[in-house]
Amino acid sequence: MSERLTVFKTYKLYVGGKFPRSESGRVYEVTDAKGNWLANAPQSSRKDARDAVVAARKAFGGWSNATAYLRGQILYRVAEMLEGRREQFTREVADAEGLSKSKAAAVVDAAVDRWVWYAGWTDKIGQVVGGANPAAGPFLNLSTPEPTGVVAVLAPQESSFLGLVSVIAPVIATGSTAVVVASEKAPLPALSLGEVLATSDVPGGVVNILSGRTAELAAPLAAHQDVNAIDLTGADAGLAKELEVAAADNLKRVLRPQAVDGDFTAAPGTERLTAFLETKTVWHPTGSLGASGSSY
Amino acid sequence: MASLFEYAPAPESRAVVDIAPSYGLFIDGEFAEAADGKVFKSVSPSTEEVLSEVARAGEADVERAVRAARKAFEKWSALPGAERAKYLFRIARIIQERSRELAVLETLDNGKPIKETRDADLPLVAAHFFYYAGWADKLDHAGFGANPRPLGVAGQVIPWNFPLLMLAWKIAPALATGNTVVLKPAETTPLSALFFADICRQAGLPKGVVNILPGYGDAGAALVAHPDVNKVAFTGSTAVGKEIARTVAGTDKKLTLELGGKGANIVFDDAPIDQAVEGIVTGIFFNQGQVCCAGSRLLVQESIQEELLDALKRRLSTLRLGDPLDKNTDIGAINSAEQLARITALADQGEAEGAERWSPACELPASGYWFAPTLFTNVTQAHTIARDEIFGPALSVLTFRTPDEAVAKANNTQYGLSAGIWTEKGSRILAVANKLRAGVVWANTFNKFDPTSPFGGYKESGFGREGGRHGLEAYLDV
Repeated sequence: MSERLTVFKTYKLYVGGKFPRSESGRVYEVTDAKGNWLANAPQSSRKDARDAVVAARKAFGGWSNATAYLRGQILYRVAEMLEGRREQFTREVADAEGLSKSKAAAVVDAAVDRWVWYAGWTDKIGQVVGGANPAAGPFLNLSTPEPTGVVAVLAPQESSFLGLVSVIAPVIATGSTAVVVASEKAPLPALSLGEVLATSDVPGGVVNILSGRTAELAAPLAAHQDVNAIDLTGADAGLAKELEVAAADNLKRVLRPQAVDGDFTAAPGTERLTAFLETKTVWHPTGSLGASGSSY
Repeated sequence: MASLFEYAPAPESRAVVDIAPSYGLFIDGEFAEAADGKVFKSVSPSTEEVLSEVARAGEADVERAVRAARKAFEKWSALPGAERAKYLFRIARIIQERSRELAVLETLDNGKPIKETRDADLPLVAAHFFYYAGWADKLDHAGFGANPRPLGVAGQVIPWNFPLLMLAWKIAPALATGNTVVLKPAETTPLSALFFADICRQAGLPKGVVNILPGYGDAGAALVAHPDVNKVAFTGSTAVGKEIARTVAGTDKKLTLELGGKGANIVFDDAPIDQAVEGIVTGIFFNQGQVCCAGSRLLVQESIQEELLDALKRRLSTLRLGDPLDKNTDIGAINSAEQLARITALADQGEAEGAERWSPACELPASGYWFAPTLFTNVTQAHTIARDEIFGPALSVLTFRTPDEAVAKANNTQYGLSAGIWTEKGSRILAVANKLRAGVVWANTFNKFDPTSPFGGYKESGFGREGGRHGLEAYLDV
């Protein structure tokens, strides 16, 4: 009896909760670390990027208005779903990054735990970075963080999965929505993550995942007038500078590439959360009860 | 009139909960009998039916439980926060999964309406665990310096009015911060805590991290006094709270107390009357008024007194008292015969001292412990029912003319847990809130709770906060 022939998966984009192919009809060859063919990934176009921005904008209202508790539960649900697909992602990460099975499994475990970490932040970041301000006057003066809006995320090139999760989760934890450009040479774990998000109660459009040439997709995103912020993690120094210049056109919030691309194992701080938050301060007069005596 | 509003019975099924005929103490991951073999019965206050027979903890059992918690502490506190977090997330999820079962159980054991256990208690319980789960690996960010340390073994004594919710308020922050616990539920409502022990088993929680000791005040006293307990957390009466404060005096034990209240619910003349009436009803009749932060003193501006009281009486006439398992029930049973006697005595005293007593026409079931919703008018600040916590469905109505007078009257109490303000004017809300000596002030709402929101009292309502970032402090060596 001959060995059973396996069924290959057609990797597709994840945009607006659906799994389209690139409108351009283009694909590019993705190989493992040894150069063996793995799949033909969609090579997204500028139009795909713009469609993803529209989807992200559409999702922003509902997602940013969801309670922090609900967002936390949904991020935790992502961890639950991912845990159940541990084997699949271990294989994909091993292929993508040329890791041994046990090292790839450790990467996937860390990615699951990262979702849990950010799930816990949704309803805490407000108390950590916001609060009442003791303005010198009869006022309530209260600062609260609010999500920036649509964030374009250039995922790290090397850390195709843990790095990817580490840049997506903080963006959506606080209520922004994301257009993510996956690692150019290792996009498959990212495209598979879309399947996890689609079954984790994450509303369609909150995370949109594109594969293709980073430079080709990043340029229209950095220049897009309806994108509020851009995370340049996956851009090299030259590209990052170009994109930052383009982003200045509508004063996007820019998170510059960090030195740590490739090492996302360290415990994250709050930087990636606060990078995509606005602070809103509300003043309200407290009035006066007149010259009353002791308030005790 | 009443017949227009007849509802068909709509009881929630009891079949979702399987109560064993007997339960042991939960020590070191095992159910065990009390050392002296003592037991007590937990009854359903709405029917007086015996639900189960429960082991009654004594001093020897406290000793065993504290030893188990101490043994578990070393490993539990050394676990990475992210791992402790995942245990607590598991617990939160299992509570969500089993929430209908727990809601029915709580309603049976406590007597409160299923509407409340299903829609308030249980969602808050799960949310509390979910919230503190997330803190376990973020303590460095909580504002208490780097790497704040747990205290050790926490001895926790909780009341019967929100059995599982009070358990959550105690256990979730304690475990998140790396402490282990010995918890004593109230003698009239031990069952949900024992079901929680089973949830700990399902979650795979290491043995000894949570120990549950059903019992009476003597067990609570032994727990609080135990020399190897590092932290004492108590929710209950002010009298017992003071006794505990005396017990821990001169020790290193960290203490937080959440005690009684006599919350003022202040209604100004520009308040939206219908909304205010709903808030007043929620404030004093939620959980039959057996709520430490109840709005038990209504302070109404004199010019709208008549209009407001008419509307309030109309509303009270529509409240449905009866079978707590019925989904249409608003007012359930009083938790125990003892509590019913206390409420009855205070209400009678109110009448004897000259307050005017009113209740809607309301048929009380033949068995069980019941008290009709009651309104007292012509109440003065000198009346006992304006000063003492009734802890029952009885509202004392006082009036005021100016905001200053409202504040003065609201603050004229030994307590300082909660207050409510009803007015359309934002600046007045804030001005009044600034002057109130109370730990929680609700404006144009009442009895709202959230795991992110600190809760606790001023003055003799206790000290320390539960909930939110602030709630971590009670369980950290800071």
